[in-house]
Amino acid sequence: MSNSFIATYLWRDRGSRYLLIFLCLLGVGVPLLNWLPAESSWLHVPTYMVSLLGKYLCFAILALALDLIWGFCGILSLGHGAFFALGGYAMGMYLMRQIGDRGVYGNANLPDFMVFLNWQELPWFWQGFEHFSYALLMVLLVPGILAFVFGWLAFRSRVSGVYLSIITQALTYALMLAFFRNDMGFGGNNGLTDFKEILGFDLQATSTRLVLFCLSVLFLFLAYCGCRYITASKLGRVLISVRDAESRTRFLGYRVEHYKVMVFVVSALLAGVAGALYVPQVGIINPSEFNPLNSIEIVIWVAIGGRGTLYGAVLGALLVNYGKTYFTSGIFAEYWLFILGALFVVTTIYLPRGIVGLKEQWANGKLASRFKTAPGAKVAQ
Amino acid sequence: MSELAVKSILYLNGVNKSFDGFKAINNLCLDIRPGELRAIIGPNGAGKSTMMDIITGKTKPDSGEVIFRDQIDLTRHDEADIANLGIGRKFQKPTVIGSLTVWENLELALAGSRGVWQTLFFRLSDEKRARLESVLTQVGLAARREELSFNLSHGQKQWLEIGMLLVQDPQLLLVDEPAAGMTDYETLETAKLLKSISQHHSVVVVEHDMDFIRALDTKVTVLHEGSVLAEGRLELLQQDQRVIDVYLGR
Repeated sequence: MSNSFIATYLWRDRGSRYLLIFLCLLGVGVPLLNWLPAESSWLHVPTYMVSLLGKYLCFAILALALDLIWGFCGILSLGHGAFFALGGYAMGMYLMRQIGDRGVYGNANLPDFMVFLNWQELPWFWQGFEHFSYALLMVLLVPGILAFVFGWLAFRSRVSGVYLSIITQALTYALMLAFFRNDMGFGGNNGLTDFKEILGFDLQATSTRLVLFCLSVLFLFLAYCGCRYITASKLGRVLISVRDAESRTRFLGYRVEHYKVMVFVVSALLAGVAGALYVPQVGIINPSEFNPLNSIEIVIWVAIGGRGTLYGAVLGALLVNYGKTYFTSGIFAEYWLFILGALFVVTTIYLPRGIVGLKEQWANGKLASRFKTAPGAKVAQ
Repeated sequence: MSELAVKSILYLNGVNKSFDGFKAINNLCLDIRPGELRAIIGPNGAGKSTMMDIITGKTKPDSGEVIFRDQIDLTRHDEADIANLGIGRKFQKPTVIGSLTVWENLELALAGSRGVWQTLFFRLSDEKRARLESVLTQVGLAARREELSFNLSHGQKQWLEIGMLLVQDPQLLLVDEPAAGMTDYETLETAKLLKSISQHHSVVVVEHDMDFIRALDTKVTVLHEGSVLAEGRLELLQQDQRVIDVYLGR
């Protein structure tokens, strides 16, 4: 990345600058506040909070991944949770193998659930997951290859708009049903859990949790810069052109399907890594991560934060998930889904540019109406 | 293959296309010479747009030949291929990328590699920058280069789209109703623009507006019910009884 890119698109762009500064402060501040102040001090950030924030950051990466394809290329994926979950499963399988003979059944060669199912040996697709590097490779390869094959078939056949959204939804639903089955060999309903260590470090230890948190911050930082680079390049303008006028782009000589597949795969890779960072911090991965509702929630984060801006997606994911934690633990717990739904409706109608577009909307003095016909406000084209 | 060696830049022979039994194109034959400016007129439903769709690969004909530069069978290629072979298309409704600036729209259309990696690491060379500047001036949008094209007036969008075709530098330009919705002044300016473009490119213009056709001052083809009814200079066609019956007389 050249200096001019950093100066123009990361520093002079206000949203990007604030976000990156915020991430730096978060990455330094949270570990310090966990470590330095006494536990009784109000400044102290408890370890469970560190992991909770780490979880939000993983969701933020996921939102970023979705904004890249939806905000810039008009691909509304309602199944992005699938790539997240696959990355998570790949990491979960490594963590399962790390348990070794410390499981309930004490079998060093087989995870507990396989012993329970009377399996005699490790299935072929579990081979290699005892190596961290292999697991990391799979974190990228599995979502990447799925996205490539799925994207190639869908985009070459020119499936787009609502139809594409529906089949992405079907994709994640099918995966959920498959992973629920015990025969699949991924722990069925219970998924993978009871993890002990990662690379020999105790997952419950504060230091491990801090490192995982910092890695999440770092990856979000890098992913943001990468996405920014893509969207600021001519490639980014081709994506916008596909979003706004797909057939025009074809008549200009661009192979639209190549661009769509490329950006879809990049997005799936980001989602996969987000999932891999998520699992060791929450300590469990199960088929409910494939639930279509989760994927729809990602869309809501992006819409609320502000589609097509990248930093808006990150902000939306952080805010909505903070809200979710806040509201689901109090008297509003039963109403959270209603609140979320209402937020989405209000955003769609009154804030087509999301929270980050608020200021501009106020500046223009006209709420909603002005942007109804703005190109950025179109949903699922 | 030099330009002189090519006998016809576009050759349609016996092309047919039906939609649900309706014959949109019926045994259509057309021959465009290199460097020619050709106007095509015809009443609504005469098959003008379908013809454009067939040439640019959007629609596959049921039968017939569509040959580019004497040799290339266009029916075997898709839109992106055909655009890269050197056929540019301007739509009836001006289609520019609204959320990009005028300059970015032109840059997008600029002739050059269309690969994913090349666009990711694309840098505008000085030579190409100069080319964009000159086209920007040619289509009269130099003052609005940083404007989002969404904010342009209808006529300016039409010109921007023509500018995009120019930087795309195709050998053959297909222009669909460029004067639609334009003021009289804009219409005449557009005709001038197309005439100057036709000095370096072959141009096919589909149009309704008679003043515009007159200003183009070139050979006209009249389409009717999917095939060629008459061909020649406008003054002669205006005396042709068949043409008057189907089109001009109304």
